[in-house]
Order: sequence, then structure tokens, then C-alpha cells
Amino acid sequence: MEIITWITDNLQMLYIVILALFLGVELISAVPTILHTPLMSGANAIHGVVIIGGIIALGIAPEGDWLMLTLGFLAVLLGTLNVVGGFVVTDRMLRMFRSPSDKSTK
Amino acid sequence: MPLPMQILAIIYVLASLTFIAGLKMLAHPKTARRGNLIAATGMTLAILGTIFLFRYVEDGTWHSLRHLEWIFLALAVGTAIGWFLAMRVPMTAMPQMVSFFNGMGGACAALISIMELEHVPPAPGEYPYLTLGVAGILLSTLIGSVSFSGSIIAYGKLEGWISGKSIRLPAHQTINLLLLLGILGYGVWLMLQPAHITQWAWGMLALSLLYGVLFVLPIGGADMPVVISLLNSFTGTAAGIAGFAYNNMAMIIGGILVGSAGTLLTILMCRAMNRSLWNVIIGAFSGGAATDEGEKTVRTVSPEDAAIMLAYAQKVMFIPGYGLAVAQAQHTLHELEKLLRDRGVEVKYAIHPVAGRMPGHMNVLLAEADVPYDLLLELEQANNEFPSCDVAVVIGANDVVNPLAETDPSSPIAGMPILQVYKAQKVIVIKRSLSPGYAGIDNPLFYRENTYMLFDDARKALEKIVKAVQEV
Repeated sequence: MEIITWITDNLQMLYIVILALFLGVELISAVPTILHTPLMSGANAIHGVVIIGGIIALGIAPEGDWLMLTLGFLAVLLGTLNVVGGFVVTDRMLRMFRSPSDKSTK
Repeated sequence: MPLPMQILAIIYVLASLTFIAGLKMLAHPKTARRGNLIAATGMTLAILGTIFLFRYVEDGTWHSLRHLEWIFLALAVGTAIGWFLAMRVPMTAMPQMVSFFNGMGGACAALISIMELEHVPPAPGEYPYLTLGVAGILLSTLIGSVSFSGSIIAYGKLEGWISGKSIRLPAHQTINLLLLLGILGYGVWLMLQPAHITQWAWGMLALSLLYGVLFVLPIGGADMPVVISLLNSFTGTAAGIAGFAYNNMAMIIGGILVGSAGTLLTILMCRAMNRSLWNVIIGAFSGGAATDEGEKTVRTVSPEDAAIMLAYAQKVMFIPGYGLAVAQAQHTLHELEKLLRDRGVEVKYAIHPVAGRMPGHMNVLLAEADVPYDLLLELEQANNEFPSCDVAVVIGANDVVNPLAETDPSSPIAGMPILQVYKAQKVIVIKRSLSPGYAGIDNPLFYRENTYMLFDDARKALEKIVKAVQEV
């Protein structure tokens, strides 16, 4: 059975996936409502890590393969938007939550 | 493995740690901002590390990445546009901005998945593409594309380019289900092909884009935050699965963390509205239940009279809603609050969990206007305090103060926790018209004896009240 061999070949991966799934739930289970929007935005920025795949895909594209170059370029560009836009927007939102004593540092 | 790749593996461990710590810190008000910066640092490290340290095998030898000029150009253009958009967007438009950036991540996941198909070595045997690797690639193409087109529709709905109302074809849910089954069937068919399948995978991407559009269209504008949160976890999942195809730990950890945390966040948002996720997805809120059109009397109040009621009250509660956000009236409201407090009136804000466009959105808007957070009450505290309030002022809110949620079990919002403003001595409702809220139902609060309507744009009305209070 291919599935069984696959599972035994990828045991470490499976453990990582299971633990990461539970960790994700555990990390944010006590979040107050006021932070829902910034948290969603921050999580949005973190999945921008997909840009790494874009960089690799573009970086291994064969010389002169314009289709792959274009797609890869697009992937890196869109991934960058996700990462940069995501973190900057989150920071702007969270800057609003300064306590009054920090105000002078603006 | 060459040394640079070993260093890169360590960088990925560090990046994963920053993602975990960042997410954890984002869930607490004191540490949230630092958490975001920490995750951003980890991300930068992972990106730069990948560019310079990644090595791959070709013709039996290790190579570093090509096309660095293209990579840097894409990074530069993306950073410039992303930074510009993120800095320019007003706080009221945050939800759609997040949706847009999320859609970009989804598109990136779909693109890199299709590109990776080119590199999958065919397995020996009759069906060279019938492997879990290919299944994963097709799955992240599907999820990434749905996330992209769905996010763009959600963006359009919140920006007002597309009607916020439910748009549906006849038998919409059946069509959606058949389309989804069709996409999955197409994927299986692709995997059974004997030869190269990349060009056919584009068909899968196109169908998935269509599915994303049809998935979001029937959902009403008021539910977009839940949809955006759901699509956010979709993109995370797509990124995580793509991580398997690229055998990249940072992508796997970052993607799966967001996939699971995002799913929980979506459920928490639904719970704040006392609804199930399924109920949101089938667009149950947007039906616009018909209500009796009988003659009902409404008392109106002028801004000047409202000012007098407020200025001589002991205790006032403000209930800001989306109308306030649209009119950008949070600063004027804060001004009114300061004026009243200077006169010795006790002023508080009652914040419904789903006030504004997203849970927590109203808190962001009020914080922007420098409203101190100890004045903000959550639902339960506020409901305890309404009976002792002389005046409750509802500014551009509707469904969250609708008593039908408590009294009419057949109402679409039945069971949703509401702010019990009707318990206050007097209620002033600032609203542009009597039109129903997103749930499409009438609000009996407006016809109560102790309710006074002030029909105007939230900001204009508040400006007039501020002026009148100054003259009292």
C-alpha cells in the first residue's frame, strides 16, 4: 500500500503537522475580542511565508523559460504584497493601542 | 548537504520560533505590537536567507539561485506597493485591506504550486502522477485560488464595488456543491493522466477561481469579516501544503499555524454573533425577512434638544456602530465625550463584540481617536449598567441593539446577544434613516416611547450636538 509506506516515510512530518495544528489553536485560544482584527491581520502576514516558495520557484527557473520567469516574478511580487502589507497594516492597528503614558514617544 | 543549506535550515528554525512567539504575543494587548515586529523580523531573515543560502541540485551538482535581479525587482516593487497601500488605507477600511493582502498570498500559493508541478518526478508505473505529492500540489492550487478570488470579492463587497447584499443564482448551494465536486473530480482525472499535466492544471486553477467567486457572492456584507477570517485560514493551509511540495519547514510551520489559528479565530467570531459557521456560509443573514409594515410612530429629536438631554444627564452611554465608522465620526464623538465629562457627566462606551466591521474593529477606531480604554465596556458590563443610564446614544448601530433578538424566536437574529439599550431611561438613536440594518429586519427599538430618533449623518449630527452642548 502506497499510503502506508508514505506515512512511515514521513512520520516526522506528520508529527510536526499534528503538533502545529494544536499549537495554532492553543496560542490564540485566550485572545480578547478587541484583538481579533489585529490578530487576524498578523496571522495574515505570517502566511505570507509562502513567498519563500515563490523565491525558490523563480530562482530555479531555467534560463530563457519566460513562462516560468513571469509566473515566478508574479508569485514573488504578490507574496511580498502579502508580507509587507500584512505586517505594516497590523503595526498601524496596534499602534492605536498605546497606553496614554507612551503617547509622548510618538 | 552543503553548508549554506545547513545554515538556512537553522534560520528556518529561528523563523518558525518567531512565528510561534509572534502569534502568541499578538493574542495579548500588552505584547501584541512587539509580537508583530518579532514575526516580521523572522520573516525578513527567512526571505534573505532563502535568497542567498538556498542551494538546489541540477545535473548532479549544487547550485545557488538564479535570477537574483528578478527576485530583487519583484521584492522591491511588492514592498513599495504594499507599503504604500498599507500606510494610506484609512482605519475604517482595514478589513478589506486585510482581505486584499490575504488574496495576494492565496494567489502566490496557487502560482508556486502549479510551477512545482513541472518539477515533480513521474513515479514509475502506469499512473506516473498518481502520488500524494501531486495531490498536495493540486490541493494547494485549489485552496490558494479560492482564497484569491474569494478575497477579491470580499474586498469588492466591503469597498462597495459589489452589492453587499446576497447575490445568488437559482439553486446556488447545489451549483456550488456540484462545482466543488467537479473540481475534485477534475483533479483526480489529472492525476490519472499518463503524461505531462501542467497545462491541464490551469483548468483546475480557473475552475477554483470561479468557485471562490460563487462561494463569497451569496454572503452578505455584514458577514464579510467572518469570510475574510476563513479565507485567511485557507491561505495559511494552502501555504502549508505548498510547503510540503517545496519541502520547506518555514512554510509548513507558518502555514499550518495560521491555518489552525485562523480557523479557531473564525469560529470565535461566529460565536460572538451566536451563529454557526455554516449559517454564515449559506448566507442566511441576507434573506431580508419581511416584517409588518403597520403604522408606527417615531419620535424625533433635534440636535439642540439632544444636547440638553445629554448635558443635564448623570450618566450617558454611547453605543457606536458601523454608521459611526463610515461617517468617520469617532473623533467628534470623543470630543462630545470630553465636553460632557468636563461638565461632570459620567460617560461610557458600550462596545458590542461585532460592532463595526469586525470584532475589535470599533476598539481600533476609538483608540485612533484617543478614547481612553477604561471607558470602553464590553457587552455584559454594559448591559449591567444600562438601567442606571439616563441617556443611551446609539450612533449608527442597528442590529446589535435590536430587541427582536431576545423577543422573537423566528427572527434571523434570534439569540444574538444584544446591547440592552432599551433599559436606559432615554435612548437617542442617530441614524440616517429608518432603513433596516444588514440583517434586513425592522427594529422595534425605534418605536419605543423612550426612544428619540435623530435622522442625520453620524458626524454631522454629533458636530451639531457638540456645538449645542458648548452653548448650553
